Amino acid sequence: MITAFLLRGLDRRALVFLAVLAAVAVVVPLLNLATPAGSGLHIPSYAVTLLGKYLCYALLALSVDLIWGFCGILSLGHGAFFALGGYAMGMYLMRQIGTRGVYGNPVLPDFMVFLNWKTLPWYWHGFDQFWFAAVMVLLVPGLLAFVFGWFAFRSRVTGVYLSIITQAMTFALLLAFFRNDMGFGGNNGLTDFKDILGFPIQDEGTRAGLFVATAVALGLGYLIASCVVRSKLGRVLVAVRDAESRTRFLGYRVEMYKLFVFTLSACMAGVAGALYVPQIGIINPSEFAPANSIEVVIWVAVGGRGTLIGAIIGAILVNFGKTWFTGVLPELWLFALGGLFVAVTLLLPKGIVGTATALWRGRRWRGPAATGEGTLAESGGDAEPPAAAPAAGPAAPERAS
Amino acid sequence: MLFRPPAIRRSRRPATRGLPGLLLLLGCLALFLAAGAARAQEAGDLRPLVDALGQGGFDFDKTETAIGSLAETGDPRVVPALEALSEGDLYVRKADHAVFIGKRGGAGYQLTDPLTGEAAGEAARGAVDKIRVNNNLRRAIRTALGGLTLRSRDPAQRRAAVQSVFDAADPEALEPLEAALAAEKDPGIAELMREARARILLNTPSADAGDRLDAVETLRARGDRDALAALSGLVAAPDGKVDPALRAAAAKAAGAIKENLALWEAAQNVWYGLSLGSVLLLAAIGLAITFGVMGVINMAHGEMVMLGAYTTFVVQQAIRGWAPELFAWSLWIALPLAFLVSAAVGAAIERCVIRFLYGRPLETLLATWGLSLMLQQAVRTLFGPTNKEVGAPDWMSGATHVGGLLITYNRLYIVIFALLVFAALLVLLKRSAFGLQMRAVTQNRRMAASMGIRTPWTDMLTFALGSGIAGIAGVALSQIDNVSPNLGQGYIIDSFMVVVFGGVGNLWGTLVGAFTLGIVNKFLEPYAGAVLGKVLVLVFIILFIQKRPRGLFALKGRAVDQ
Amino acid sequence: MTLQVPAAVPLKAGDTLLYLDGVSVSFDGFKALNGLSFTVAEGEMRAIIGPNGAGKTTMMDVITGKTRPDVGEVYFGGTTDLTKLDEAAIASLGIGRKFQKPTVFESHTVWDNLDLALSGPRRVFPILFGRTDAEGRRRIEEILETIRLTHRRDALAAGLSHGQKQWLEIGMLLAQDPRLLLVDEPVAGMTDAETEETARLLREIACDHSVVVVEHDMTFVRDLGVHVTVLHEGSVLAEGSLDHVSADERVVEVYLGR
Repeated sequence: MITAFLLRGLDRRALVFLAVLAAVAVVVPLLNLATPAGSGLHIPSYAVTLLGKYLCYALLALSVDLIWGFCGILSLGHGAFFALGGYAMGMYLMRQIGTRGVYGNPVLPDFMVFLNWKTLPWYWHGFDQFWFAAVMVLLVPGLLAFVFGWFAFRSRVTGVYLSIITQAMTFALLLAFFRNDMGFGGNNGLTDFKDILGFPIQDEGTRAGLFVATAVALGLGYLIASCVVRSKLGRVLVAVRDAESRTRFLGYRVEMYKLFVFTLSACMAGVAGALYVPQIGIINPSEFAPANSIEVVIWVAVGGRGTLIGAIIGAILVNFGKTWFTGVLPELWLFALGGLFVAVTLLLPKGIVGTATALWRGRRWRGPAATGEGTLAESGGDAEPPAAAPAAGPAAPERAS
Repeated sequence: MLFRPPAIRRSRRPATRGLPGLLLLLGCLALFLAAGAARAQEAGDLRPLVDALGQGGFDFDKTETAIGSLAETGDPRVVPALEALSEGDLYVRKADHAVFIGKRGGAGYQLTDPLTGEAAGEAARGAVDKIRVNNNLRRAIRTALGGLTLRSRDPAQRRAAVQSVFDAADPEALEPLEAALAAEKDPGIAELMREARARILLNTPSADAGDRLDAVETLRARGDRDALAALSGLVAAPDGKVDPALRAAAAKAAGAIKENLALWEAAQNVWYGLSLGSVLLLAAIGLAITFGVMGVINMAHGEMVMLGAYTTFVVQQAIRGWAPELFAWSLWIALPLAFLVSAAVGAAIERCVIRFLYGRPLETLLATWGLSLMLQQAVRTLFGPTNKEVGAPDWMSGATHVGGLLITYNRLYIVIFALLVFAALLVLLKRSAFGLQMRAVTQNRRMAASMGIRTPWTDMLTFALGSGIAGIAGVALSQIDNVSPNLGQGYIIDSFMVVVFGGVGNLWGTLVGAFTLGIVNKFLEPYAGAVLGKVLVLVFIILFIQKRPRGLFALKGRAVDQ
Repeated sequence: MTLQVPAAVPLKAGDTLLYLDGVSVSFDGFKALNGLSFTVAEGEMRAIIGPNGAGKTTMMDVITGKTRPDVGEVYFGGTTDLTKLDEAAIASLGIGRKFQKPTVFESHTVWDNLDLALSGPRRVFPILFGRTDAEGRRRIEEILETIRLTHRRDALAAGLSHGQKQWLEIGMLLAQDPRLLLVDEPVAGMTDAETEETARLLREIACDHSVVVVEHDMTFVRDLGVHVTVLHEGSVLAEGSLDHVSADERVVEVYLGR
């Protein structure tokens, strides 16, 4: 059953994407490690880290797309799940420092010694084991999403209301993690990591390894998301997105479906955060900032919501743009980002991939309303929102009032 | 409930010089002027008395007599001499037996005139004798000093002295205190003295039991923390040391004071809550229009507030440059301008962006978020990233005490202002033709259009109104918050919380929501701390929205489900 | 309560399937339903008519769990208290609903719309891993035939005409295989031919289902040829055959017009 389920997710688009990703995962570390620094083919280590960061963001964008594009849940707090995953990994990395910290305490991280703490708080126990941290990377964001979603979806908080309270959630976490007595390093967060699974974290080999791990995680995430949206459950999700109340009258417990996909998505975001932290070398409360979470949404919107590949493309494109802008014209970056928000929502509501697909299938997409003969291609893995009359733009999938 | 990450914030601690304070100062001034003439005459009379201190030598009794006669003058100018004596810094010059305050310096001593405080040259080490004191004398000096400052001409000094006597609660001070009390003319200070006396009595086990019971009553009437501390000390004293009747009376009085204090503290918290609530109301009320009435999610709302604050800054800069005499009016001038600036920006946003996104709330949210980033960056580019100093006109600064409450004027005016804006808006919506059109358009756009209402025009004006009110809020908030490009960011989540909590589409809900959240937040703060308090309020709202998804004052009916 | 039928005993034709007693709902002081009482028997088809604001849609909301009544009892199949259940549970019990405005899943194909509606598991994990079996596919084909959309099976629902959407929605109801169908204004906006066709479709359905139809179109109601309940201001004004209620003074007054 599971095999059949996984095979269903592998449509042509998924295969192409996974092949490209696999190629990147092999070629980039190879060009980094196996070519001399002066060679024209050499990829410097900082670029490997940068690409790794993009892939983490892509996984985060994928998780947002899964709920927003396919189920109409616009979470403005997904950065919180990302950050929680990151903190779980950060705690493992902190425990690995051991006596190499400034204060040389074998158990307590430096900031606790600095705060004059005598013992490790209970929630730090177990993080010296990688497997435990790995479980927590999934469990903590998943649990938060489950509890939050259970409350929110059961009482039918939808649309912008949900968006606003997800934003409040990440804001509350931001404030909480700023506090020193939370035991997560307060303002400074967790940093000065030394090694991961015994490999020095600054090593080129380790960095290449982390890059490959991120690519694998992204591939897996894509595969899982693709399987989910191509299953009957995926069709229920789209049904919920387009007509929530109708779905309910068909006997589907909408809140359970939302809860499932929200929790799954939070776990994916957590993994993205966990891979992000060792590559960037720091996790601090600013990752919880509401602005970060909203930025993720624009990556998805740029790429094309409701198309999994679009989220990945959007994340990489926007972040590449950010890197370029902040390097060349830093003061213009916020104008560019703000303009992107406005332009995409006004002019490109289906995003790059959605618009490209619509153009590709040009006649067929314009067709249904006019000729009534449109068909959804059997190979179409992603359920694009339908194009309505051109003047009205695409039908708004949200049903929030 | 200013939901914002902890950051360094400019604190504007108000100088406690309200109206009563001012009157007091004026009174003091008058007193000084009257006393001035008399003092010049007496300066000479004091000199022999001070010099008498130097004639005792090893005869401590003689010195004590001299101290006594100095104390009897009741003149505060002898205080430095007595203090110096107590510290062993008073010297007598062998040549003329004149007395000086001396400090070791260079080869000998730096001399200072004990009465005038003027430098009186240097003296070689052998040229002066230190005036000796023993413990007995020191006590006499202390008593004399207490009595002297208690009888100072300066009421402020007398108050301070009484307070220190109260704090020390030294039984030795009882005698001078009673003497001073007998001479005291100011009823307020006399009351303080009686309280100090009561405190000393409670600290004097040998005192008359009846007097001590009366003392408990006096302290109870005082009713502040100091009184509570004194009474609690008595209650906690070991058994056998305190008469049971007295202990019972003290316990009762302490209980009464505690209750009373708790009441005032609660009242103060309510006031802080109201004050915070009015800030929230100001920030949210424009949103109640754009989000509540029009259903437009304007994430750039905070930036409208920010623009209002910057308008205030610009207005004040202009006034400082061209017409400084108008400074007291700067806020009044800024109000209409801020309204216009924010309303114009709001109208432009509505025409250029939002009108294409009606019926697509999530897209509106994203687009307006983008606008907010651009507005912030624009202001950052124009004015720089740092905080701008917006001054407070004189009438905005200061504070007053009402019973046990401390009320600062700027907060008071903001509460009043917020309520006025609310009332004005309510009238505008309910009574004016524009309000009627606005409600008509939001309820049934097609019907309104067919009745001849220009709906796009109404949309724009409504949005401009909401934005303009945010601008007005910015003027008020510039008085209590940092004026920086990030000003708006701190308010946007708060504002949405207030509107959602109060119930979308209901102005009264916004009012109740703002004040409820403000007060709840301030009541949580003492227990949970400021940051955790905010977190708790957020969690509370998140849970509340889940219980009542449509807020406190929800609209019911079929229409809301569409 | 007048019902003593235990849930385990299957209802015979004529037994009460749906029972409403003294149901009131108010929105901000406006009484949408005011002591509404009526029953629908197993296998019966009933038409509900009434002027705008009579409470027809609110009544459907109450039956399907969308709105909770302030007071009153709503029982299904004798013993199941509908006021305690949510929409999904009520739908699973076998009450299907067609909305006034045709609501189909526009970004799904006609086939997927029916597949989603098909009676079967509704829990998350079976749905995630499961597929529609041969029997299910056969039933969908059958329904496609019934609603005359076989040739449009792979078209997106968004591309259907208004009448086709109405039929698709009725088809979805059939796929749900409910014991009771609530149909809200099925012929609004339809051509005469479509209306006739729809009436035929509903009569066909009524053979093996209980149906409640809310409709304004008197010709259509006459075509159905069933008992009629007239609602007015949230309660029952008259009940009986169409001829019977048409003769009622008050019905003429408030609804049919003189």
